[in-house]
Amino acid sequence: MLKYLIEKEFKQIIRNKFLPKMIIVFPVIVLLVLPFAANFEIKNINLSILDNSHSTYSLRLINKVVSSGYFRTTNISDNYSDALKSVELDKSDIILEIPAGFEKEIINDKITKVMISANTVNGTKGGLGSAYLSGIIYDFSNEIKNKIAVTGKRPDLNFEIVTQYRHNPNLKYSNFMVPALMVMMLGIICGFLPALNIVNEKENGTIEQMNVTPVKKFQFILSKLIPYWVIGFIVLNNTFLIAWLVYDLTPAGSLLTIYTIASVFVLSYSGFGLVISNYAKTIQQAMFMMFFFQITFILISGLYTPINSMPQWAQFISQFSPLKYLIISMRSVYLKGSNLSQLLTPFISLIGFAVFFNTWAVISYRKKGN
Amino acid sequence: MGQFFVFIKKEFYHIFRDRWTMIILLILPVIMLTLFGFAITTEVKNTKLGVFDPSKDIATRSIIQRLQANEYFILKKFISNPDRIEDEFQRGEVGLIIVFPEKFYENLLHTGEGQIQLITDGSDPNNAITLTNYATNIVASYQQELNKTAVIPYQIVPEIKLLYNPRLKGAYNFVPGIMGMILMLICAMMTSVAIAREKEKGTMELLLVSPMKPLVVILSKVVPYFFVSIINLATILLLSVYVLEVPVTGSLFWLIIISLIYIFLSLALGILISSLVNSQVVALLISGAVLMMPVLLLSGMIFPVESMPYLLQLLSNAVPARWFIMAIKKLMIKGLDVTSIYKELIILGSMAFFFIVVSLKTFKNRL
Amino acid sequence: MQVIEAENLTKRFGKFTAVDSISFDVKEGEIFGFLGANGAGKTTAMRMLCGLIKPTSGQGIVAGYDIKKQSENVKANIGYMSQRFSIYEDLKVWENLRLFAGIYGIPNRKINDRIDELLKRLGFESEKDTLVKSLPLGWKQKLAFLVAIVHEPKVVFLDEPTGGVDPASRRQFWELIYEATDRGITVFVTTHYMEEAEYCNRVSIMVDGRIEAMDSPRNLKNKFEAESMDEVFHKLARKSTRTGD
Repeated sequence: MLKYLIEKEFKQIIRNKFLPKMIIVFPVIVLLVLPFAANFEIKNINLSILDNSHSTYSLRLINKVVSSGYFRTTNISDNYSDALKSVELDKSDIILEIPAGFEKEIINDKITKVMISANTVNGTKGGLGSAYLSGIIYDFSNEIKNKIAVTGKRPDLNFEIVTQYRHNPNLKYSNFMVPALMVMMLGIICGFLPALNIVNEKENGTIEQMNVTPVKKFQFILSKLIPYWVIGFIVLNNTFLIAWLVYDLTPAGSLLTIYTIASVFVLSYSGFGLVISNYAKTIQQAMFMMFFFQITFILISGLYTPINSMPQWAQFISQFSPLKYLIISMRSVYLKGSNLSQLLTPFISLIGFAVFFNTWAVISYRKKGN
Repeated sequence: MGQFFVFIKKEFYHIFRDRWTMIILLILPVIMLTLFGFAITTEVKNTKLGVFDPSKDIATRSIIQRLQANEYFILKKFISNPDRIEDEFQRGEVGLIIVFPEKFYENLLHTGEGQIQLITDGSDPNNAITLTNYATNIVASYQQELNKTAVIPYQIVPEIKLLYNPRLKGAYNFVPGIMGMILMLICAMMTSVAIAREKEKGTMELLLVSPMKPLVVILSKVVPYFFVSIINLATILLLSVYVLEVPVTGSLFWLIIISLIYIFLSLALGILISSLVNSQVVALLISGAVLMMPVLLLSGMIFPVESMPYLLQLLSNAVPARWFIMAIKKLMIKGLDVTSIYKELIILGSMAFFFIVVSLKTFKNRL
Repeated sequence: MQVIEAENLTKRFGKFTAVDSISFDVKEGEIFGFLGANGAGKTTAMRMLCGLIKPTSGQGIVAGYDIKKQSENVKANIGYMSQRFSIYEDLKVWENLRLFAGIYGIPNRKINDRIDELLKRLGFESEKDTLVKSLPLGWKQKLAFLVAIVHEPKVVFLDEPTGGVDPASRRQFWELIYEATDRGITVFVTTHYMEEAEYCNRVSIMVDGRIEAMDSPRNLKNKFEAESMDEVFHKLARKSTRTGD
C-alpha cells in the first residue's frame, strides 16, 4: 500500500512545473551567491581623513592605514563638521582625525593621540573598523619606537605569544559559512515543502478521498516523509558538489558521518513541516507558520552569530532548533574532521526530534473529524 | 463605493477569522525584534577555554585567572595531555586553548623569555581573530604588570568615539532591516498568496464577472493587508523606542511617508506576482525566492553591502528594501532631516510608481 | 440482507443539530436516494456513515461494521465520491486508478487488468494517459466514480455526483450506476435533481436534519398525490425553517 502512495507523491512532485526546478536550482543559486553576500569579513571601510598636522609623521601614518587593505579614503576634509557630513551621507564610515601637534608631541613628549570617530549604526562594522584602525596605529607606534628609539629600553620580561588557528588556518570566511548554508538550504526545502503538502491536499479536497480509504495514519505520514527524505539527499549532494567546485571545500571527516546525521535531520525537519501542515487550514496559514518558525530557528541556530554570546534565555531556545545540531555537525565534519562518536550529542538530539515530530505528525493527522 | 466597502468587509472577515495567521501576523514583528535586539549579537562572549598547564606556577595561574575573570572566557577544563587538543576541538568542547610550556615562570625569570601558545578553532574566522586579540591583550596586560618599572616609549593613543550607537547595540542596525522585511512579507507575500488562492479556487472569476470593476476587486483584497502592515509598523516603532531603546531621532513624519511608499511598492509587487501565477504554492515560492531572500541578504539588513563583491552590490541596487533601510537608518538613528533622503525617496517613489502601473497592467491583461 | 443500518443517528455542531435522530436501512443491491435541500444535513449524514466524522449519538452499521468503533473496517468495504471533485488532478487517469487500487489492497499483478477493465467499461481507453485536470467535468465525475468502485466495495456513497453537468452527461453517469448495481454494489446517492430521484429504488427526503418521508418514488407520489418527485419534494420542503447554506 505504501508503495502506491509514495509513487503518487513522486509523480506529483515531478509533474509540478515549478518544484523540481526549485529543488535543483534554488540551493545552487543560494550557495553561489550567499557566501559572497553573507560576509562578515569587513573590507573596504570608507575612511574620512582629517589631517590637521600635515607633517611627515601624519602622512606616514595615513599611508600605513591606507596600504593595510581594509580602508579606502573616500573623503579628505579640513574640519570636523565636513567630515561628519560625509559620514551622515554614508560616504565614509570612520573619521581619522590627526591633531595639529601630532609630530611635535611624538618627538618631544613621546606620547600623542589621534581621534577615531566610527559610525556604529552597524555595530559590527563600526566596532571592528575602529579596532582595525587602532591596531594599525599601535603597529605604527611600534615602528617608530624601533626606528628612532635608540634609548628605548626593552622590557625586562618578555612574553612571546604564538597564535595558531586550527582547522581553517587561512581564516577563510566561506569555509565557515558554506557548511552552515548547506544546512539552511536543506532546512528550507525539506521544511517548507512538507508544510505545504498536506494542507494543499486539504485545499484541493483530495485528502477527503484518502480519508475514506482504509489507509493507516502512519502509512500516510510515511508516504509524505520518504519523498522529502530523498529530495534531501539530492539537495545535499548538490551542495557537496558546489562546495567542492566553487569553494574548494571538501569534508575533512567522512561523508558517511554527514549523510548519517543529515538523514536524521531531514526526517525531523520534514516531520515538523508535516505537523504544521496537519494543523493548518489554508496554505497561507501553513506558509506563515513555517516562515515564523524557520526564521526563528535560523536566527538562533548559530548560523550567523555565535550561540555562546547569546543571553541565557536565547541559548535555551536555541536548543529547540534542529538546525543548530546539524550546523554544528556539518562544520565539525567539514572543517575539523570530527567523527560520529565525537558528535553523539547533536546526533542523539536529532534522533529525539525525529521521533518526536513524526509521532506528533501521525497523531495530529486526523482521518476523522469531530 | 458602497460595494467597495462590502468587499473590504468580506476580506477583513476572511483574515480575522483565521485566528492563527492573525496571531502570528501580529506577534512576528515582536519576536523578530526581541531576537534581533537581544539575542543576535556579533559580540564574542563566554568562549569555552581549555588550558594545558604543565607548569602550574604563579605566572601561569595568574594568567589563567585573568582570562577567567573576563566575560569573554569561561574556563571549561584543564587538559592533561597535549595529544587531546585535537579531540577537544573536534568535539566542539572548547573554542580556545592556551598552552604553557614546562617551567614557565622559572624560565621567564632566568632568560626573560616565556612562550605562550594560543590555539583557536579557526572555523569561525571573525570569532577566532577576536578571541586571540582578547587573549593577547590580557596576557600583555599581565606582562606590563610584571614590568611596572619599565617605560614603554612612543605611544599614540587612539581616542575612539562611537557615533550614533555608542553601546554598539545590534538593534540599531536590525530595526530598520526588520521593518523592511516584515512589511515586504505581509504586503507582498501575503497579498500574492491571498489573490492566488482566489484564482486557484475559481472564486476570482466569480468576482470578476460581477459588476465590480477589476481594480476595485483587487483593491479590496489589498486593503486589509495594508491595515495589518500599518499596525505592524506601529508595533515595531513602539517596541524599538520603548523596549529596545532605539530612538526616533529624526523626522517621524517623513519616516511614515517613506514607509507608506514602501508599503505601496510591496503591495504592487504582491499583485504583480499573483497575476503571473495560478497557484498558491507557486506564488509563495516565487515571492519567497524573489522577494524575501534578497531582502534578507542583499539589503544590508544583516550583511554590509559594501563588503559584497561588485556584482552583488550592483544587484542590491534593485532591491527596494535596500533603499528603504538606508532611509530609515538616516531618519531614525542618525537623526537627519528629509534633505538627506531625497535620493531614497526618489528611487523608492519611482519604483513604487513603476510597479503599481505594471501590476495593474498585467492584472488587466491576464484576467 | 441490510448493507446500511442507521438508528437514531444524530450529529450536533455546538447548538446546531445538523442531523436529528435519523433511522433507516438500505438493502443489498439497492439504489437508495438521499434527497433534501441544501443544508438539510445530507452530506453530514453521509460523512458519518463513511467514518469521516463521529456521530454525536445513535448507531450505524455499514457493510457489517460499526461506524463508531470499526470505522477503518467500514472504510475498507465502501467507496466514496465526494461532492467536491477530489481525485488528483495532477495525476493521469490510470495513475489515479492505480493509486486507489493499490491503497485498497488489490494485488499488484491484478491492478493493470482491473484498470483496463474499468476504462473499457467507461469507453475511456483512449484517455488512459490524459492528465485529469484536462478532462471535462462530466468525465472527471465518471472517473471519480470508477475510483470509488475500483475495489468492488459492498456499498458506494455518492455525494451529489452529477452536480454542474448537462442532462446528457447525467444520464450517462446513471448508466454507470446501474451497471454497478448489476454487479451487486449497493448505491447510496444524494442529489437535488428530482428527475434523478425517479431512478432510485427507494428515496428518503430530509428536511431540517430529519427524514420526513421514505419509500419508493411511486409510493411517495401516490401518498402525496403528486405528479412527479419534484412536487413531492416541494410539498415537504415547505416545512423547512432552515435557509440553505
